[in-house]
Amino acid sequence: MNIVVTLKQTFDTEAKIALTSSGSIDDNGVKQVINPYDEYAIEEALKLKEANEGSEVTLVSVGGAGTESAIRTALAMGADQAVLVSDPTLEAVDELVAADILAKAIAQIPYDIILSGRIAVDDGSAQVAVRLAEALGLPSVSSIQKLEITGQSAVATRDIDGGSETIEVPLPAVFTAQKGLNEPRLPGMKGIMAAKKKELKVLTLADLETSAAALNAGSKVTSYSLPTPRSAGKIISGEPAQQAAELAKLLREEAKVI
Amino acid sequence: MNFELTEEHNMMREMVRDFAETEAGPGAEERDEKEEFPLDLWKKAAELGLAGVTFPEEYGGVGADYISYAITVEELSRVDPSLGVTVSAHASLGSNPINLFGTPEQKEKYLSKLATGEHMGAFGLTESMAGSDASGTRTTAVREGDEYIINGSKIFITNGYYADTYVITAQMDKSKGNKGIAAFIIEKGTPGFTFGKKEKKMGIRASATYELVFEDVHIPKENLLGEEGQGFKIAMVTLDYGRIGIASQALGIAQGAYEQALKYSKERVQFGQTLSQFQVTQFKLADMEIQIEAARNLVYKAAYLAGEHQPVSKAAAIAKVFAAETANKVATEAVQILGGYGYTRDYPAERFMRDAKITEIYEGTSEIQRIVIASHILKD
Repeated sequence: MNIVVTLKQTFDTEAKIALTSSGSIDDNGVKQVINPYDEYAIEEALKLKEANEGSEVTLVSVGGAGTESAIRTALAMGADQAVLVSDPTLEAVDELVAADILAKAIAQIPYDIILSGRIAVDDGSAQVAVRLAEALGLPSVSSIQKLEITGQSAVATRDIDGGSETIEVPLPAVFTAQKGLNEPRLPGMKGIMAAKKKELKVLTLADLETSAAALNAGSKVTSYSLPTPRSAGKIISGEPAQQAAELAKLLREEAKVI
Repeated sequence: MNFELTEEHNMMREMVRDFAETEAGPGAEERDEKEEFPLDLWKKAAELGLAGVTFPEEYGGVGADYISYAITVEELSRVDPSLGVTVSAHASLGSNPINLFGTPEQKEKYLSKLATGEHMGAFGLTESMAGSDASGTRTTAVREGDEYIINGSKIFITNGYYADTYVITAQMDKSKGNKGIAAFIIEKGTPGFTFGKKEKKMGIRASATYELVFEDVHIPKENLLGEEGQGFKIAMVTLDYGRIGIASQALGIAQGAYEQALKYSKERVQFGQTLSQFQVTQFKLADMEIQIEAARNLVYKAAYLAGEHQPVSKAAAIAKVFAAETANKVATEAVQILGGYGYTRDYPAERFMRDAKITEIYEGTSEIQRIVIASHILKD
């Protein structure tokens, strides 16, 4: 079985976000990790590989040269090889462009199952994997919590409001991983040592027979802004009865929550 | 000269840190309190390859360098120094002498299980009359036919009882002093080999420390490690490398204690400002950082030399004594920054302070390290 996992490198979830003087997100010195939801996808791919002898797991990603460290970590976890589309001419990549590039890269390799994270924790759009399925003309099931493969079809279970839903789709198909699907493994020492020997193919847009000009973004980020910093709290003094009355008044008139 | 760690080193640090924080961290305090050996954690650590970082791949090891090993012990000890020494004593003391001095048959039989962590290793040199002075070894070995018969006892043996194989030293010819000593591999369960007293310790309380007792223990002649009379040399070389493990443990303790103090100093408010805003605290933190940074460079330097198969004895002694003294200074200062809370068991600062002390004692006291260093300085 050929299993493809799409992977995105994102900021560590504990990273402090700052903006540069030109208003873009400052990635200087920020710890980068594999998008946590993509880790579930990788783990599921590795479990499928272990259960189906002769399977291969291929990682596919779009990003800058920095993405290689996230890819190496996923290779250390046990993926077999990786394809990174990295092109200096590629600037603003929206969900449409990302899906388009991934589809072109995946179309060049064999696949039975494509796994992805449900959402990337940085821009949080949850669009790319679904758009990828559309671009490849494949069925897709989002936010799965269980996946079973039998022959040429797959049965996936996902949480829905008030219960769960079980969906059967023919393969190949795209699935996005929700938290709870599995517990991602740590890469072992041997995996880390083996990772550098595994193939990481870096492709440019020309290798995919396209160019930055031919990829039309559907949307454009106009500006970023940080949340307003929390202002200092207010301490109410006086007798308990006075304090309670003052608190009620402030909650009604100032905070307007009651 | 290159001060950069490799991408693999950074991935290893991240992985071991993640493992230590999520798996070892939550129970560390309780295991310390109950003196409970981290057997489950050992097995999980072994699955991740932490038992055989530097050992050859052909024997099931990872085949990584000594810096990888130093990072492993450092990161485990940053969270749980008892787990750090369990791994260090297994790898450096229980397994490495077989790796360095074993025959291909001994490596096939023993190292292949130690390197994967399927078996745990321990090392027995110290006796009641032989601590820093190995020439006082009273455990004896007598050759009889195809066997050796061992009698005597060893004390303060890290991983005792839990380990599957033990590399021990015994005297074969007292008239020859250190040159009469030989090293042997003894399997747990060999008739006559039993465990005596379990030590109750001040620190690293989750680490197991036992007495080994040998009463007419018959072992096959194939279990002689190296040659007869080579035991003292095997022990000294083993300790030279072992000191890198303990230096790394001390470094991890210092780092763990420092991070605790740093975090607390940013939260604790006194006289209207955080402790970290007082210059007196800033100076303490800066001094900790200076010492840790220096210790880390010495430890990685010694590890680098070991990986390059260069002479390691002096560098390892320097790294060990400096890192051990750093661990003690930093951990003591960390308790001071946490004040009354630091003295309670509600924070891990006091545990780091208790755990730090042993690093100045085992695998060669700080005094012995200075003797080793001086002997190198005065050699020519």
